[in-house]
Amino acid sequence: MTASLATVAYIGATILFILSLGGLSNPETARRGNLFGIVGMAIAVLATVLGPRVTAAGIPWIVGALVVGGAVGLFAARKVQMTQMPELVALMHSLVGLAACLVGFASYVDTSVQYTGAEKAIHEIEIYIGILIGAVTFSGSIIAFGKLSGKIGGKPLLLPARHWLNLAGLLVVIWFGREFVLAPGIQAGMTPLIVMTVISLLFGIHMVMAIGGADMPVVVSMLNSYSGWAAAATGFMLSNDLLIVTGALVGSSGAILSYIMCRAMNRNFVSVIAGGFGTGGGAPAAAGDAAQPAGEVSPVSAVETAELLREAKSVIIVPGYGMAVAQAQHTVFEITRLLRDRGVKVRFGIHPVAGRMPGHMNVLLAEAKVPYDIVLEMDEINADFPDTDVTMVIGANDIVNPAAQDDPASPIAGMPVLEVWKARTSIVMKRSMASGYAGVDNPLFYKDNNRMLFGDAKKMLDEVLAALKG
Amino acid sequence: MALRIGVPKETAAGEKRVATVPEVVEKLVKLGFSVTVETGAGEAANTSDDAYRAAGAEIADSAQALWSVADVVFKVRAPSADEVALLREGATLIGFVWPAQNPELMQQLAARKATVLAIDALPRQLSRAQKMDALTSQAGVSGYRAVIEAANAFGRFFNGQVTAAGKVPPAKVFIAGAGVAGLAAIGTAANLGAIVRANDTRAEVADQVVSLGGEFVKVDYEEEGSGGGGYAKVMSEGFQAAQRRMYAEQARDADIIITTALIPGKPAPKLITAEMVQSMRPGSVIVDMAAEQGGNCELTVPGEAAVRHGVTLIGYTDLASRLARQSSTLYSNNLLRLAEELCKTKDGTFNVNFEDDAIRGLTVIKEGAITWPAPPPKLPAAPAKPKAAAAAAPAKSAGHGHGAGEPMSAKSLGIVFAVGALLFWGVGAFAPASFLSHFTVFVLACFVGYMVVWNVTPSLHTPLMSVTNAISSIIAIGALVQVAPPLGAAGAVDRPNTLILGLAVVALALTAINMFGGFAVTRRMLAMFRK
Repeated sequence: MTASLATVAYIGATILFILSLGGLSNPETARRGNLFGIVGMAIAVLATVLGPRVTAAGIPWIVGALVVGGAVGLFAARKVQMTQMPELVALMHSLVGLAACLVGFASYVDTSVQYTGAEKAIHEIEIYIGILIGAVTFSGSIIAFGKLSGKIGGKPLLLPARHWLNLAGLLVVIWFGREFVLAPGIQAGMTPLIVMTVISLLFGIHMVMAIGGADMPVVVSMLNSYSGWAAAATGFMLSNDLLIVTGALVGSSGAILSYIMCRAMNRNFVSVIAGGFGTGGGAPAAAGDAAQPAGEVSPVSAVETAELLREAKSVIIVPGYGMAVAQAQHTVFEITRLLRDRGVKVRFGIHPVAGRMPGHMNVLLAEAKVPYDIVLEMDEINADFPDTDVTMVIGANDIVNPAAQDDPASPIAGMPVLEVWKARTSIVMKRSMASGYAGVDNPLFYKDNNRMLFGDAKKMLDEVLAALKG
Repeated sequence: MALRIGVPKETAAGEKRVATVPEVVEKLVKLGFSVTVETGAGEAANTSDDAYRAAGAEIADSAQALWSVADVVFKVRAPSADEVALLREGATLIGFVWPAQNPELMQQLAARKATVLAIDALPRQLSRAQKMDALTSQAGVSGYRAVIEAANAFGRFFNGQVTAAGKVPPAKVFIAGAGVAGLAAIGTAANLGAIVRANDTRAEVADQVVSLGGEFVKVDYEEEGSGGGGYAKVMSEGFQAAQRRMYAEQARDADIIITTALIPGKPAPKLITAEMVQSMRPGSVIVDMAAEQGGNCELTVPGEAAVRHGVTLIGYTDLASRLARQSSTLYSNNLLRLAEELCKTKDGTFNVNFEDDAIRGLTVIKEGAITWPAPPPKLPAAPAKPKAAAAAAPAKSAGHGHGAGEPMSAKSLGIVFAVGALLFWGVGAFAPASFLSHFTVFVLACFVGYMVVWNVTPSLHTPLMSVTNAISSIIAIGALVQVAPPLGAAGAVDRPNTLILGLAVVALALTAINMFGGFAVTRRMLAMFRK
């Protein structure tokens, strides 16, 4: 295959990737979109392998690596539970990051391609940046994986003077970058490159460690973005337009997701990345300033909940991370089906940051066979709460907190929330009265039309289901 | 020692309610109390002695027998002088007492060294007191019954119908006073299909009226009518004139008028004059729920239904009692909640805790000492101000739909363009041509990505991430070209082939995990999305 043919194949692959992302605008076209992605990837890989840049000697190695990696990947994809999707995605981001690092190093030590003058400088800067992004993606994703899978505590780790540490790291990286570009040979350039890699790895760890559990949707989508930029940087390094385009697509996709997540929490992107809650330093203390809601909560039993549901004409279910933790989505579906069979209008309201990654709840509900046309977004459903008889909040807290609208002093003031309290009755399922991730008390629990159903979500929903059937 | 609760048969004429129903008896027994019910107490509320027995109560043969064993008496109506005489010395009485209207009764009870909790003296402003609020529960029943009585006396359908026999217009119902009873009446009448209008001097109830399906009619005059504690106050002369005009107008138009206007401690305001009644169509109905306090209509005969000028005027004072089963159930639930508050230890004893605002307010006599009226409870300030802020907050975020949001201001747009131009100038001034072609591709790809991804539906964000993750394994291309490139003569001499091969193969294996795993898991996920 000639170089021109390979290039044309790359253009085809690029178009297929764009169509693949475009297909995701609708669940119907999404399946085809995924197929486009697979075909595009196959074309790209085949064109490269058969193209002028790979000789026959490499084929066994390539096939071997693809078979081993592919087998592991397919196995993981089959085994993973839908509740573990965020972990899997984070882990996969780390692989892209690591691969970008390795390719960067390989490219640097490769003497078969020679550059001179400005081209050499640019090439080296590309390598340097490519490895930097790759390393940050790698270590950051590993930590994100640890946090999501519970291997590392979800609490943000806030080192003293952490902003200064980051700044110092950045300055060191820039200085070594200068050294690296000015280095006379590969041996001399290796030291600054390795120092930079270590700093980048530490930076990635530090950055994600400082971010709390509920900010994970932002982090996961941000790392998604980084893995794209890493691919784009590699493309620059190797003068490969396909990598650049694909990397840019993935990078902007992740960036948009991060932006959507931040907006859904009414948070500034910088303040999320800077770590901790709120803007700047020890902001959790701000929770104390907000008005503490007073009053008593009205607990309710599973049987009474079933009664309320049975008598309702329309029900909205608002799931949160608690539903994922308790693996309660199947019971939720059973209840939904039972109610729908009885003519009750059941819908789901999904907050953009519910769960641990963008769209997490949708996937869980889809897994439990909940039809996607009754799963609505916050903006679509918020106006319908006043006409709703019962809302069930399952394992969610901050995303249904009326203080975000009513209390300007609240740390989550201004965050868009699902207005569940406007329904005739709201039922909140919760393990205890503990406050949510934001550490903010929730006045919803004290409202007159709110009932609390305490206990493990799965167990309680099973009881509700039994009572509904009985 | 566990206390014995006694439930006597109500003695007031026409009173059909009973203070405790069997379902509540069961729960009281669980709280540790023993319960005795006078024989026939629940008969008028369709509850037999057997039902009480089955719930765990004992049945006393006579009032005498009941009052003599009861440590605590649950009643609906205020006790008569005879009943007070039967009350054991030092016993507790819970029920409606109306201490302001019944000073002699208070003296008699105090003389028996009784402890009296008047359910009507409950501080209703306390949100946690609402579960004990019998005035509210009974008013709700009355409001419902008022509509039923009106429907009974009214000669037409409530809902409009188009039938083969002709068109039936819907009934027009006007409700004066949107308190608990008024709101219940609005809801009931609206559910029957009538056109419901309502008025109240407190403007803040307008939303509640609308939420129940009514239309709020404003009086054309500026004055705020909230008198504290959720009750209305007496209004100014100018307001009353404007109000009269409005009522006269409504009277001419409405088929049914239900009046619920009360001002605490004062006779009911006369809202409907004789002329207004005269102006109504024959066959119309007025239900005067304030009949006991003199009535809102000049022509009302308290306790009776009368026809004046062709209009049926219903002045029943026992509306709640006319729905005895329902009102008894609600009332006894109120008492149960009160018992729970008094008996937090669940051992069948009472603790009349004066630190508790709700209980302090309820207790009008404690061990023979009159403690009424209670000092006003320590209340949170009226939440009028935060409401304004609440209204402002959603307005601010209203522009944030999906999509690119509102356009930037001209100034920040200018800054963005300036910075962008500077960056592009920098790139153009220093970078070589080969870099620029890649840069062009990169910038355009970013824009394509931006446009495409905004179209992705939020429910597919997780598949989006996993598919972009799979696509980003395109980095495999980078590894592929390094595995075994065709080496020219130059520079190939000192190329560390083995090292590069090792790095490239490891990178390839890693990206292969991603590539296959990412697409496979996306496929698995998307297959789950179904209608």
